[in-house]
Amino acid sequence: MKKRIYLDNNATTPLDPRVLEAMMPYLTDKFGNAASRDHSFGWEALEAVDRAREQVAALLGAEPREIIFTSGATEGNNTVIKGLAEMYADRGRHIITQPTEHKAVIDPCRYLDKHDYRITMLGVDKYGRIDLNELRDTITDGTILVSIMHGNNEIGTLQPIAEIGKICKEKGVFFHTDVCQTFGKVPIDVQEMGIDLLTLSAHKIHGPKGVGAMYVRRKNPRVRPKPLLHGGGHERGLRSGTLNVPGIVGLGMAAELCGRDMATESKRLTGLRDRLRDGIMSGLDMIFLNGHPTERTPSNLNLAFAYVEAEALMMGFKEIAASSGSACTSASLQPSYVLRALGVDDMLAHGSIRFSLGRFNTADEIDHVIERVIAVVKEKREISPLYEMAQKGIDPRKVEWKVH
Amino acid sequence: MPYSEKLVDYFENPRNVGSLDEDDADVGTGTIGSPICGDVMKLQIRINGHEKIVEAKFKTFGCASAIASGSLATEWLMGRSLDEALEIKNANIAKDLELPPEKVHCSVLAEDAIRDAVNDLREKMKKAAEVTEQTAEPQPS
Ligand SMILES: Cc1ncc(COP(=O)(O)O)c(C=O)c1O
Ligand code: FES
Repeated sequence: MKKRIYLDNNATTPLDPRVLEAMMPYLTDKFGNAASRDHSFGWEALEAVDRAREQVAALLGAEPREIIFTSGATEGNNTVIKGLAEMYADRGRHIITQPTEHKAVIDPCRYLDKHDYRITMLGVDKYGRIDLNELRDTITDGTILVSIMHGNNEIGTLQPIAEIGKICKEKGVFFHTDVCQTFGKVPIDVQEMGIDLLTLSAHKIHGPKGVGAMYVRRKNPRVRPKPLLHGGGHERGLRSGTLNVPGIVGLGMAAELCGRDMATESKRLTGLRDRLRDGIMSGLDMIFLNGHPTERTPSNLNLAFAYVEAEALMMGFKEIAASSGSACTSASLQPSYVLRALGVDDMLAHGSIRFSLGRFNTADEIDHVIERVIAVVKEKREISPLYEMAQKGIDPRKVEWKVH
Repeated sequence: MPYSEKLVDYFENPRNVGSLDEDDADVGTGTIGSPICGDVMKLQIRINGHEKIVEAKFKTFGCASAIASGSLATEWLMGRSLDEALEIKNANIAKDLELPPEKVHCSVLAEDAIRDAVNDLREKMKKAAEVTEQTAEPQPS
């Protein structure tokens, strides 16, 4: 196979060698338990964890003690949603979220829905943004939490987080945001944005897998979710379990590296993203952008290729790693629930591919991808009965189909 | 995805891609699936006289397995009578291409398209026969 090109950085990213270097001592000589208070092995581990806490807090405008380390954003989202629901059940049993959230938010909400909580899914527009007025009108006396992600993992759309934070503050409900896709890439400030709880994951920012963090506000207001894991009382009792010291060190270093040149890197990624979009669109007709044209994460490009199916395309450019949340890989033949929520036409949803960029992608790679994508789409359109119809002026959406 | 060499070959070098003229009397067209489900297969056959399939073409909107299934089906159709064409089952295609279990349904599309094409052709032949009968009758003047 030709040299592989990785454009699936919204799924996970390669570890930055500098992160690995920072982690190494804690995988070898400095193996101590950060909770061991009686010897230097423990002290050096604790010191490293404290530094990482500062590194993460610095990127959020938070206090270090408001950072709780977790095994990742799935755990973080579960703790926030189920933990708050349990803690504040006497205040109310209503939670507001949106249909385009990651499953790690949707599924805990579904779980609560089965346990006597009420979940409201806000509507989203064709770009995947919520309506602030609808949010304001949906909050009731019984609402305890609003959970709206910052940047969407599939379509890249950014939500107006600061405005949402303001509304939640006015109404006196907690505001949680999943920032997996924006942490380290887009400026975040928990004070300015009125964020009470936030969840993130290291492996999306060139850090290691299996480690993440939550921000849990300590004052104005103080937030106290019930823990998911009970035990030794680590992390202010919010997350028991011996700390993953090398992972946490890696998360801290990854955060610091992102913070160092966020503005220039964000500009570089946005440039590559738009180069890819423009390159593909100038070589092909009937290509549509999924998600918001400007209010989107620098790394995410999601394109719909009319008349062709995403998996076949990706099999065609095998050396390029991208992703389709929309392949009909299962017998259920359901395209991506995110694209459906946006009202994307089914044929286009089946032909949608996410290309997501990271620190190690280059302009040369993008140019190669443009060339290959154009060639493969043309090739697959040649064998597509829908493309043939379109050439004859027949709209495939208006045909009566014999479903098998 | 652990696809077999044969599947990859039929996907990358699909045999018998194309279209026949739907209006030809000796051509049967089957179109199955829907863009909403994410897969559509068009399969066409041409017979010589009332005998054997001499040409088969296909086009597919769908995944790699669906494309390879359509391609393989057209090869298998060559030289068969219409009755023999109907003996091609999705299970045979799935087995030959070693489709992973979650992709077996993609080959169903090919089987259904064959049936649809055969029905279309038989329908045409029946109509043609009726027309000949009618025209054979003495016309009252
Ligand atoms: C938006 C979002 N939330 C949550 C997760 C889950 O994170 P983790 O893999 O750390 O559990 C991901 C990534 O998979 C994500 O993109
Ligand atoms: S045609 Fe639907 S998954 Fe293959």
